Amino acid sequence: MTTEQLTDASRPHLLRGVKLKNDQVRKTWVLLAPERYLRLNAISVDILQRCDGVAAFSSVVDDLTKKYGADRALIERDVRGLLVTLLEKRMLGL
Amino acid sequence: MTNASPLAPPSALLAELTYRCPLSCPYCSNPLSMGGRETEMSTQSWQDIFTQAAELGVLHVHFSGGEPASRRDLRELAAHCAGLGLYTNLITSGVGLTRSSLGELAASGLDHVQLSIQDAEKASADWIGGYDGGFAKKMEVAGWIAEEGLPLTVNAVIHRANVERAADMVDLAVRLGARRIEIAHTQYYGWALLNRAHLMPTRAQSEKAYAEVEERRERYKGQIVVDHVAPDYHAKYPKACMSGWGRQSMNVTPQGKVLPCHAAETIPGLEFWNARERRLADIWADSPGFNAFRGSEWMQEPCRSCERREIDFGGCRCQALALAGDAAACDPVCVKSPRHGLIAEIAARDSAEKIEGFIPRRIERDREKSSV
Ligand code: SF4
Ligand code: SF4
Repeated sequence: MTTEQLTDASRPHLLRGVKLKNDQVRKTWVLLAPERYLRLNAISVDILQRCDGVAAFSSVVDDLTKKYGADRALIERDVRGLLVTLLEKRMLGL
Repeated sequence: MTNASPLAPPSALLAELTYRCPLSCPYCSNPLSMGGRETEMSTQSWQDIFTQAAELGVLHVHFSGGEPASRRDLRELAAHCAGLGLYTNLITSGVGLTRSSLGELAASGLDHVQLSIQDAEKASADWIGGYDGGFAKKMEVAGWIAEEGLPLTVNAVIHRANVERAADMVDLAVRLGARRIEIAHTQYYGWALLNRAHLMPTRAQSEKAYAEVEERRERYKGQIVVDHVAPDYHAKYPKACMSGWGRQSMNVTPQGKVLPCHAAETIPGLEFWNARERRLADIWADSPGFNAFRGSEWMQEPCRSCERREIDFGGCRCQALALAGDAAACDPVCVKSPRHGLIAEIAARDSAEKIEGFIPRRIERDREKSSV
């Protein structure tokens, strides 16, 4: 159900109470949410930094395709995968 | 070598700001003997602890108690933590909050609120919490939280008096706009252990409630996240208590004692250090109480050679002590424990008794008062 909600026109953003943090102690980016934190790899950080509630899903994918010089379909699959996970965890809004 | 890996920093600090609480839940995880207001740490001491916690690598600070809103400096503490980049969570009964104090907390940078409910039904909820009007107040507070746009988690502890309505509580949380609900079947420490014979549901009740809550998890997928803590006495393996002793989190009592979990002080012979006297980093690394059950050197059989020892860490130390008489023993909840049979016996015996009335949670001074 959440998978269909995410369309090209969606404007994904982290919900209030969900925050990116550059953790100086663990030397990694983390995503802070109620009662949990997730360690993020560089790609996830790149994705989430672009999810500002202004940029549409399609332009987030475009932008990352340019940055990584990779196949757009592959990038889209990765971005969608992360965002759907966060939607299901109630960490992301559209 | 089991202790070879370097000690990871703690990620969470549970700040038990005060033991004072207007409610008297019979399963409260606070100790049976609690100090009153005059023993509590100052604003400055707490702020110093939070500053050290941030340096040490703590990410989440949970304001807890008792009822943290009983502290007048809650807003100041929240603002201090927000300034340090700590994620702040208020664990509250709702009683003691006002519309304006909640607004001030939100403005100070509070990140998240965890609101307890005792039942999905008013009369029963107020009876369980021992506080008339508590349920109505909570409903009102949930509305304020939504108005502020703060993310909400509802917590509910399941026991015999509300087990029939476990799934209703999930429905209620959805209506309140919560993003998460924690449904925890009672864990028997502290007051809950004292009240076990009044709290223990039957196996059939537990299993039914468990299944109904799991059904809600599917039904509300994408709408609310259900964190479900299974009923211990009816389980096969124990829980990874605190995700392992001294691995991720620390509790600081209102008096500054730093503990690996709520009940750690029930284990005799362990030495815990106080944040009023020592640096938090030193306590985390060197306090004998924290080191007592880290790694797997301390384990006995069957845990020592068990393939699950890095999954559940042998279960809960406090429960091993309470039920097996030895804090280093395998948690008797585990099917592999030689004392596992005891669990079924206790569960059957305690769930057979009638609900007559709980032993209400009281701060000692009040207890003396009420007993004269
Ligand atoms: S469990 Fe109940 S009595 Fe204990 S601190 Fe929470 S609200 Fe108060
Ligand atoms: S034997 Fe010990 S480590 Fe193995 S499952 Fe049981 S409690 Fe966990």
